Amino acid sequence: MTGYLMNNLGYPILSLVTFLPLFGAVGILLHVRKSDNVPRWMALATSGVTFLVSLPLYTHFDRGTHDMQFVETRPWIPAWNVNYTVGVDGISVLLVLLTTLLSFICVISSWKAIQTKVKEYMIALLLLETGMIGVFVSLDLFLFYIFWEAMLIPMFLLIIIWGGPRKMYAGLKFFLYTLAGSVLMLLGIIALYHEGGRTFEIVKLMGQNYPMEFQFWVFLAFFVAFAIKVPMFPFHTWLPDAHVEAPTAGSVILAGVLLKMGTYGFLRFNLPMFPAATMHFAPMVLILSVVAIIYGALVAMIQKDLKKLIAYSSVSHMGFVTLGIFAFNVQGLEGGILQMLNHGVTTGALFLCVGIIYERTHTRMIADYGGLTKVLPVYAVLFMIFTLSSLGLPGMNGFVGEFLILLGAFTSQRVYAVIGTTGIILGAAYMLWMYQRVMFMELKPKNQSLTDLSWREAVTLLPLAALVFWIGIFPNPLLGILHQTVNHLLEQVNGAQMTASAAGLFKF
Amino acid sequence: MPSFTMGNLVFIVPEIIVAGIAMAVLLLDLFVRPERKYLLGYFSLAGLGAAAYQTWLLSGTQAVGFSGMFVLDGYATFFKFIFYIAAALAILISINYLKLEKIEKGEYYGLVLFATCGMMIMASGFDLISIYLGLELMALSVYILAGFMRKSLRSNEAALKYFLLGAFSSGILLYGIAITFGVTGTTNLSEIAAFIGAGVYSRPALILAMILLVAGFGFKVAAVPFHMWAPDVYEGAPTSVTAFMSVGPKAAGFAAFLRVFTVAFPAIQPDWTLIISALAILSMLIGNVVAISQTNIKRMLAYSSIAHAGYALVGFVAAGPEGVSSVMLYLLIYTFMNVGAFGMVIMLRRSGVSGENIEDFAGLSKKNKMAALVMLVFMFSLAGIPPTAGFVGKFYIFMAALNAGFLWLAVISVIMSVVSAFFYLRVVLVMYMKEPETETELSTSFPIKLAMAVAVYAVLYIGMDPHRVLDLAVSSVAGLL
Repeated sequence: MTGYLMNNLGYPILSLVTFLPLFGAVGILLHVRKSDNVPRWMALATSGVTFLVSLPLYTHFDRGTHDMQFVETRPWIPAWNVNYTVGVDGISVLLVLLTTLLSFICVISSWKAIQTKVKEYMIALLLLETGMIGVFVSLDLFLFYIFWEAMLIPMFLLIIIWGGPRKMYAGLKFFLYTLAGSVLMLLGIIALYHEGGRTFEIVKLMGQNYPMEFQFWVFLAFFVAFAIKVPMFPFHTWLPDAHVEAPTAGSVILAGVLLKMGTYGFLRFNLPMFPAATMHFAPMVLILSVVAIIYGALVAMIQKDLKKLIAYSSVSHMGFVTLGIFAFNVQGLEGGILQMLNHGVTTGALFLCVGIIYERTHTRMIADYGGLTKVLPVYAVLFMIFTLSSLGLPGMNGFVGEFLILLGAFTSQRVYAVIGTTGIILGAAYMLWMYQRVMFMELKPKNQSLTDLSWREAVTLLPLAALVFWIGIFPNPLLGILHQTVNHLLEQVNGAQMTASAAGLFKF
Repeated sequence: MPSFTMGNLVFIVPEIIVAGIAMAVLLLDLFVRPERKYLLGYFSLAGLGAAAYQTWLLSGTQAVGFSGMFVLDGYATFFKFIFYIAAALAILISINYLKLEKIEKGEYYGLVLFATCGMMIMASGFDLISIYLGLELMALSVYILAGFMRKSLRSNEAALKYFLLGAFSSGILLYGIAITFGVTGTTNLSEIAAFIGAGVYSRPALILAMILLVAGFGFKVAAVPFHMWAPDVYEGAPTSVTAFMSVGPKAAGFAAFLRVFTVAFPAIQPDWTLIISALAILSMLIGNVVAISQTNIKRMLAYSSIAHAGYALVGFVAAGPEGVSSVMLYLLIYTFMNVGAFGMVIMLRRSGVSGENIEDFAGLSKKNKMAALVMLVFMFSLAGIPPTAGFVGKFYIFMAALNAGFLWLAVISVIMSVVSAFFYLRVVLVMYMKEPETETELSTSFPIKLAMAVAVYAVLYIGMDPHRVLDLAVSSVAGLL
């Protein structure tokens, strides 16, 4: 079993983290008394314990190796050679931690916002958490696909049951878009299974030299699935609808974790498994990334709805992530991965902020606000922190990520880096303009009586604010976790590039 | 060729039990008071249980009996279990429904059992004649069942349509059998294969025979372009019969279809591959696309069952041990999820509400959370979303198709399964988003709840831990090929 470091914690930590929320959900399901508070507390306890249980992944993570860690494996469907194999490397461990943290925060943030079908809501949220963690820890393609698709069900329900007025349209669009992408990936998975020697083991499938034509098609099958999820430029139209209609926690999860699955997919599958095809398609991906950066920013600028604005800013920010990943150097990749986390923290927090005032005023229109600093000073400060983090102010997390991405892109893909940089300027423009219109200027009379953050709401935002500064000032602990994994990934990509260019496959 | 001996009877003990219980039901019906007819349902269930036990005992035996007309192998055994499950679930969901529709007659259970017996003979038939006999026994019983609501115009229309078109298709099938006999001089499957294998035969005549057989079996499995009857019959027949029809006879049709073509006609496989792929593509396209515009859930499920026949045909085209076992697994899974879906339709049937419109599902999540949840599972399973069994079934079929090199067929089927998600999810949307229109409770009863519980458990269990049934399906084809 090369590439694996078996779990030696003495207990199956990854299975525990993955399935604790599921057990919590079953527990809530079995609870029959007609009280809304019991499901809330149970969900809070479950997600809180899950978060605590996931912490040893950070403290016990071995930074000196690129191997998969905390690995557990056992046979599942022998006839197809499917195993239940879970494990994490530098990339996925951070995403798992982000997921457990954001899920916990989501439960707190939904405490008052959700008043109908609380029990079902909490069950859906916990099932979603299991699905998301499962996607990040799976080291078996079949298992990965199960989690990847199964996760759609609770997310779909979150949108269609607790969503806004156009939830039916948004929910269906979200589901069908994602499903359309994933079924093609399913064919890619099966093709890979046959080509790679009848195995679904991701680590084994990575180190193989597939023929170029095979790489070409299977790369595309995987790429479309992940590009829809990211979402990259022409596949992004489901995102604003889903964000606007989803309840706050749904938006937070969507922006914070679900979008990361797309870029995670690139890193886990496209780059290491189809390096030659990756090289072949890199110019296209870079162009799409730059288009997403500029287009997302421009469209964000003209939005009247706060959630839509943040949704389009996500398109722009995820463009930076893909730009960094496809720069193919240490800075670009580490920046890209760090920016995935940053975007999860910052955009998640921004959606929470919008949710907080939405609960008070039931409007998300920027024009309905103004002058909120006068009545909501604490809220304004926190909102400011996340706004600045989103536009990449030095000393905050967004800066580190974007800086590394642009540094990496500048060394290998100068033109794209230059164009991409304008995205930062545009980002500053739309975020600050939005902040100005919401927080300064005239205070509307109907907003006079708004109350500032409650302790519960502050609890949801403060940890994220702390993360903003922590990553912004001391990014090294996180980069240290990434380092070996990223180097190994680059070896896999560049090694293939060497052999391929030696064979004369590339004529740029 | 061994002639008939009494020892051969051992092989057909399960069939004898089912047929015997069916006749006993008809007799006992005379002595059971009208309000106690449900007892006959339980009696039939017990009979099915006894037959299943006998099949289980025989499952290790590989034998050919009755002068090569009847075969006992893993393949037949697997299908027989599908039939037992289909019949048992259908009886469970019928018991209360018949009372509601005021058609509680003992013959109902007898006919279900006769049909089951016919299906079992089809699965075990190793001769075109015995397969045809089984098929007719099944078909005649189901014609009557489709018209069981004697006073309902729609039910009568359904029965008549089914009977007329079914008779035509049987005729076409017989033509195919006759021409095959004319070309090869035999109706025994392995002898046909041997004759064709020798290479001296009239190719055009054999191709014609093959096409006629495709048409005949295609009608039974409701594959496009032989599907015209399905929507009207599914809609008009009593819902419990529709549930049974959509799984039992369809699986039996596939059992015979697959066996005839893989055993008797391997020599002309490239030819039938072409025709059946066309059937598969058309079924998936038309089934899924037309289902979108349906407002009546029985019609929607009819088109969905056409589409599912298309998926199964993809596995058929893939052929080989993998292809055949993928079809078998798929039909088993389909039995659970489709009877489950129809069971929910039955539960919506209550005094004053037909329960047949998709809109009748409005607000189900408010009235009965458990029922809505169960329906949700079936819908996601039919759409093929993990972690339900529907995904496992489709995955295996796609895998078989890709492995056999039918990339385009696999691409079309996955795209069509996205299309199908649209109309299955619409039911979910209606259940969870619309307000309920009526206040009446669901018509639940113990038997239907039991059937639903079994079906939902099977769908989730096979979805999450498929290795046992998968191993069964894989090992069952060993004797066939």
